Amino acid sequence: METALAQTKTKMWTGGKSPFNVSYGKLMMWYFLMSDSFTFGAFLISYGSIRFSLNHWVDHNYVFNKFPFTEANLPLAFVSLMTFILIFSSVTMVLAVHQGHKMSQKGVEKWLILTILGGLAFLGCQAWEWTHLITHQHDVLVDGVLQHWGTTVSHNPWGPEVMFNGQLVATPGPVAFGGYFFGITGFHGFHVFTGVVINSIMLVKTKLGTFQKRGHYEMIEKAGLYWHFVDLVWVFVFLCFYLI
Amino acid sequence: MNNEEVLHEQPLVVHDLGHSAHEHHHKQSFITKYIFSQDHKMVSKQFLITGIIWAVIGGLFSVIFRLQLGYPDQTFPFLEDILGRWAKGGRLDTEFYYALVTMHGTILVFFVLTAGLSGTFANFLIPLQIGARDMAAPFLNMLSYWFFFAASVLMFSSLFLQTGPASGGWTIYPPLSALRDAMDGSKTGMDMWLASMALFIVSQLLAGLNYITTVLNLRTKGMYMTRMPLTIWGLFFTAVLGVLSFPVLLSAVILLLFDRHLGTSFYLSDIVIQGKILPNEGGSPILFQHLFWFLGHPEVYIIALPAMGIASEVISTNSRKPIFGYMAMVGSFFAIAILSFMVWAHHMFVTGMNPFLGSFFVLLTLLIAVPSAIKVFNWLTTLWKGNIHFTPAMLFAIGFVSLFISGGLTGIWLGNSTLDLHLHDTYFVIAHFHLVMGVASMFGMFAGIYHWFPKMFGRLMNNTLAYIHFWVTIVGAYLIFWPMHYEGLAGMPRRYYDYSNWESFKMFGGLNEFISVVAAIVFFTQFLFIFNFFYSIFKGRKLTEKNKNPWKSNTLEWTTPIHPGHGNWVGEIPEVHRWPYDYGKDGRDFIPQTEPIGADESSHAGQ
Ligand code: HEM
Ligand SMILES: [Cu+2]
Repeated sequence: METALAQTKTKMWTGGKSPFNVSYGKLMMWYFLMSDSFTFGAFLISYGSIRFSLNHWVDHNYVFNKFPFTEANLPLAFVSLMTFILIFSSVTMVLAVHQGHKMSQKGVEKWLILTILGGLAFLGCQAWEWTHLITHQHDVLVDGVLQHWGTTVSHNPWGPEVMFNGQLVATPGPVAFGGYFFGITGFHGFHVFTGVVINSIMLVKTKLGTFQKRGHYEMIEKAGLYWHFVDLVWVFVFLCFYLI
Repeated sequence: MNNEEVLHEQPLVVHDLGHSAHEHHHKQSFITKYIFSQDHKMVSKQFLITGIIWAVIGGLFSVIFRLQLGYPDQTFPFLEDILGRWAKGGRLDTEFYYALVTMHGTILVFFVLTAGLSGTFANFLIPLQIGARDMAAPFLNMLSYWFFFAASVLMFSSLFLQTGPASGGWTIYPPLSALRDAMDGSKTGMDMWLASMALFIVSQLLAGLNYITTVLNLRTKGMYMTRMPLTIWGLFFTAVLGVLSFPVLLSAVILLLFDRHLGTSFYLSDIVIQGKILPNEGGSPILFQHLFWFLGHPEVYIIALPAMGIASEVISTNSRKPIFGYMAMVGSFFAIAILSFMVWAHHMFVTGMNPFLGSFFVLLTLLIAVPSAIKVFNWLTTLWKGNIHFTPAMLFAIGFVSLFISGGLTGIWLGNSTLDLHLHDTYFVIAHFHLVMGVASMFGMFAGIYHWFPKMFGRLMNNTLAYIHFWVTIVGAYLIFWPMHYEGLAGMPRRYYDYSNWESFKMFGGLNEFISVVAAIVFFTQFLFIFNFFYSIFKGRKLTEKNKNPWKSNTLEWTTPIHPGHGNWVGEIPEVHRWPYDYGKDGRDFIPQTEPIGADESSHAGQ
């Protein structure tokens, strides 16, 4: 028994077949995701190193407290919705892959469409959030004069507050906030965008029956790996920018 | 997916297997055969020839700036003829001097010794030596060349900009590289450098992913990982390093582009430029150095490992002896790959780093000398008492070992932070990395070209020209770089335009002149090689069916036809029964990997 086990184990590596029993395409996707995680890792570590070298950062509960169509103070509500949408689209992706295993063309189509819609909804939310941050102006005390700033890559109206004419007003905060926030969420958004494009291509190919003819839906699995990765990265981005 | 399916999008249908799809050559147009080819052998040649062109350009640049360094008080009117306003009155423009140095480094490090070296040999050798029809994804493989080509076109065009190409050094440290107003070289040239490098990174990722999956998934039957030639191990770890380190350079490049164009302050803080205070604050230029060297150090091993693999293979074959310590070689590749991610800050000892933190990097840096030394020991032991055939490839492989030792020893000096405080940014560092990386890996590349040329083109290169090429190059390399150690020890800084104004460095005037003369001689000697290469492609002595394995080598590539078609083997891919280093065994000169183990054969280390 033991020797038999050992034998099958060594047989995996004897050549003539894939040692991990996966196709080259999936293997490649896995390695790609590994390398992509180094890109994100480099961004997030840079962000961390700069942020913790500064005395002051921003208070998320004030910066991210708006929701469309209401003026109410709802800290982190909108981003929670975005996160929910993205995670939900991962669930629909799982179901699409599942239908692929069952060789159900209609099933794949249905869940793929929902995944694409989820991705688009996330991008839409992000667009709204960015627009809100950039265009919504706040009073900032700069060199003794009150100015009105949006939150951009070079302006941060969320600095420490001081008394001015008997009123509490903010001073300029570290510009690194805008740079990293827009830079990293933008880079992530770009990934979501490419994911949507990939999924749309998969949808077209499914509709054309390409995979049905090929006899397997592995391409959907590969697209799924990418999609889940983009989701996973969001969890880290969410953690680093909205929670900590 | 198995090997046969690589060439065919659809799984092969049964009736197709009978007359195997690879016997008949598909009718191919010129375009699909030579330009947009998906055959790994053609992609490899494309990388090689592009690399050669870049090497001539990059080498020429060094000759031009060496003219300035060797003859700071003279003018060369012919320079004005070729360079125009970059050399008014026959003297190099100071800004252009920096542009030349920067482009020399960028071109040689990335375009020649990364793309040219592993692009050529990974593409050529991986499928042939592991017994595969082609790369796992031939289309992505073709794309990897074309991304490299696009990067090349962009970088090349930047040479012709009004404001000149990037000129902040190959390491493009901000703030110099981040501010358009800092100098001409930080204007459009810098943007093109960054864009070109982004394309280059894409090319490297596509290539690396392909190499890794091919090695893991497409080995022929019997090709255990431990039966792979060391070339493949070297190229495999190179690909792993590339896939994990280039993305970090991508991050660094993206942040730098943002700083340049979107007004962010990732790397910028408290800067006054031309009397104007910039609004940027809170960024850190040191952050860029961390990101850059996290790629940069693995990058130097990306350049070294393929050369090490080639040298191992060539030395064993031409000593007619098994490689000494095969598993130790694999293990040291592995150790180098891991350690090379943990030593990057040895390039940053003088950035004001906490000396306590520095001491960890000293320790890890010195640790990496251990696997390097193991490799050197194994090469020397393989040579020891060998029946050495001094083919041109063998000479270059031995030259590689010699240069690697010379340059590696000075690495140990630099790895000690206390010594590095004095030696950093001096000619000592220039001497170190040119010997250990620049020239050594060039030698690895030459060894590879001379060795596999017959397989690439079905013809032999001229030996006499090759011997002259070798001896002039190795003697020249030592004459150029050895004296630089003394200059560096005396404190002579790198990257200066003119040393003759400095009381301390005046005494090196003659030496600098000497170095420049040798550099020019060595540069022009390379044309012997280039002539030999292109002449032999068309006119070299042809391989015959009897002599189709000219170096009597064990590895699989020599079992293919003299001119292998797309798919490499006619009929089935051969099965492998042994490691590739059965030379001089049981009274036989060599035993190819395809030969089954005989009943009364003695066992050997690699089984
Ligand atoms: C024995 C192992 C080695 C050690 C301990 C070592 C150590 C070092 C150190 C400490 C530096 C920084 C010097 C300074 O800037 O002050 C350095 C520079 C450098 N080393 Fe090594 N090194 C070793 C092997 C190698 C190898 C094998 C390569 C390439 C194949 C290499 C390529 C380079 C390059 C390119 C630089 C300079 C980069 C620049 O500043 O432009 N080194 N080395
Ligand atoms: Cu290093």
